[in-house]
Amino acid sequence: MSKTLGPVKRAFAPWTDSAAKPAIEFRNVTKSFGDFVAVGGVSLSIYEREFFSLLGPSGCGKTTLMRMLAGFEEPTSGEILLDGKPLAGVPPYRRPVNMMFQSYALFPHMSVEKNIAFGLRQDGMGKAEIEARVKEMLRLVKLEPFAKRKPNQLSGGQRQRVALARSLAKRPKVLLLDEPLGALDKKLREETQFELMDLQMDLGLTFLIVTHDQEEAMTMSDRIGVMNHGKLVQIATPAEIYEQPNSRYVADFIGNINLIEGTVAALPGGGTRLEAPAAGLVVETDQAIAGGSAGVASFAIRPEKVRISLDRPAGALDGVNMIAGEVWDIGYLGDVSIYRVKLANGAVMKATVANTTRLVSRPISWDDKVWLSWSRDAGLVLTD
Amino acid sequence: MRKGLSWFNVTSLTFGFVFLYLPILILVVFSFNRSRLVTVWAGFSTQWYGSLLNNQQMLDAAWVTLRVGVLSATIATVLGTLAAVTLVRYVRFPGRTLFSGMVFAPLVMPDVITGLSLLLLFVAMDVARGFWTITIAHTTFTMCYVAVVVQSRLITLDRSLEEAAMDLGATPLKTFFQVTLPLIMPAVVAGWMLAFTLSLDDLVLANFTTGVGATTLPIKIYSQVRLGVTPEINAVCTILIAIVSVGVIIASIGVKRREAQRIRDERLAATGG
Repeated sequence: MSKTLGPVKRAFAPWTDSAAKPAIEFRNVTKSFGDFVAVGGVSLSIYEREFFSLLGPSGCGKTTLMRMLAGFEEPTSGEILLDGKPLAGVPPYRRPVNMMFQSYALFPHMSVEKNIAFGLRQDGMGKAEIEARVKEMLRLVKLEPFAKRKPNQLSGGQRQRVALARSLAKRPKVLLLDEPLGALDKKLREETQFELMDLQMDLGLTFLIVTHDQEEAMTMSDRIGVMNHGKLVQIATPAEIYEQPNSRYVADFIGNINLIEGTVAALPGGGTRLEAPAAGLVVETDQAIAGGSAGVASFAIRPEKVRISLDRPAGALDGVNMIAGEVWDIGYLGDVSIYRVKLANGAVMKATVANTTRLVSRPISWDDKVWLSWSRDAGLVLTD
Repeated sequence: MRKGLSWFNVTSLTFGFVFLYLPILILVVFSFNRSRLVTVWAGFSTQWYGSLLNNQQMLDAAWVTLRVGVLSATIATVLGTLAAVTLVRYVRFPGRTLFSGMVFAPLVMPDVITGLSLLLLFVAMDVARGFWTITIAHTTFTMCYVAVVVQSRLITLDRSLEEAAMDLGATPLKTFFQVTLPLIMPAVVAGWMLAFTLSLDDLVLANFTTGVGATTLPIKIYSQVRLGVTPEINAVCTILIAIVSVGVIIASIGVKRREAQRIRDERLAATGG
């Protein structure tokens, strides 16, 4: 299967354009159920044609945030605007947004085509027009032969596509997707991710997706909002979230990371020096820390940015940005191997190495004394 | 483990079935008795069924019972379904606990008390007792059974189905008629049948609330039996048993069919074909 590649994607970043008007705007939105604060003071702007993911563990308030946009919950305080118009008091059936439910919520007593036509019938659309639109939707999700089937006569992947077609049929301004791929197996999920992205591009829709799967969010989104305990912790592009997490929470939630706590001090040149004597670690970066004051912080570095060698690396500054340890465990994942290296204080640091040649014997093996090192700009000092 | 039944199983099964069905069997057998005496067998005959057709009083009573049953079951189903929807879907409204308690109170209330209180009400309001008072009484006490049956179905119904309908632009009323009602229909029908059956065999409430010209079948049978059991009564009862049995058989065939359909559907979905 070869796919002709289209023109290179133009950089899409309306959030950097101060003149751009957001399609959806949450203004200091709070939702509490009794004493429990599900969403606490969230402000967020999502732009037209954006693919935005709300990412967080279960119970972090991401679904509540989405349900408030759909109209199933009213904010306790704050306001939500769609195209600049406040949504307060507008019932769900009058909002120009459609939602794809986690359980798909297909009407079991209706055939696939009736399910897709449901929303169109509510609008009083003409019969011929409905028929044409349903056909178009079935073609879009490649389910034409299944039009007469009932939902319980379909497989999980087919049901997911019916749910998608039904929520797209009314051509909503914004499509909300609640864990859209949660019920699919891994392979199908990866395929569907790209289908969803293509669809969003082709139709030029704004997608707001709720997920707890970071890989899914990274693959598909223009921007990601990471949530924790009802608060938006960071809003940024996938690359920024991965490379520039603003807190230990985000760094730890997205991907794999080594976090080592130590004391920091500002360097005269504008950089930062972090020391963790127990682990035998001295780090220097060019990054300036917030406030520039000394205190406790964490050094965060992704395992793939850590080099592993048997010999002591010849660094520019001896003893800085390197650490000695002993190989404690090796995880072979096929494409990469993860080395877990025990440091002087017993803490473990991970380093991934791409398996660039077929592995016959490892140059570095269990119990070897090794050196881990990294460049000045590979890691981050996180104070939050 | 042995596959067959032990002598203990056989005996207990036999005793159980005899206990349940022997009285009914005797009733059915003696409805075909030639003799006028209920306890003496004098050969096979269907004469009592014939004479039943000419018994205008009995036929009138059956007609009244049928009309009361259909009417009260229908009203009770509408009211009971509405009560169930309110109780399940609107979790927070003032007086909810009181309301739910009050809906289900007639379930545990002795019939005699319900009957007496209704009688007092009708007398106080100076309502002429007859067909309509029985219908109202039956609606009152069968409504809560419908509410219980429909409520249990509603609780298991995925709330997001209704949300999806509203999300797609259906008003709450349209959502109810196009999504909720079709999905709880089996429970609504079951509730109607339960209400109808309860109305058919009610004697106590009917006795309290009946008036001139509104004698139901149970009242008729009961008053006749006090004058002595006739084979005609046996014949009426046999017909009732036959109707009920046919209903039960049809219902269970329906359930089996649907189950088979479900298994076929699942196979279709699994093969993806």
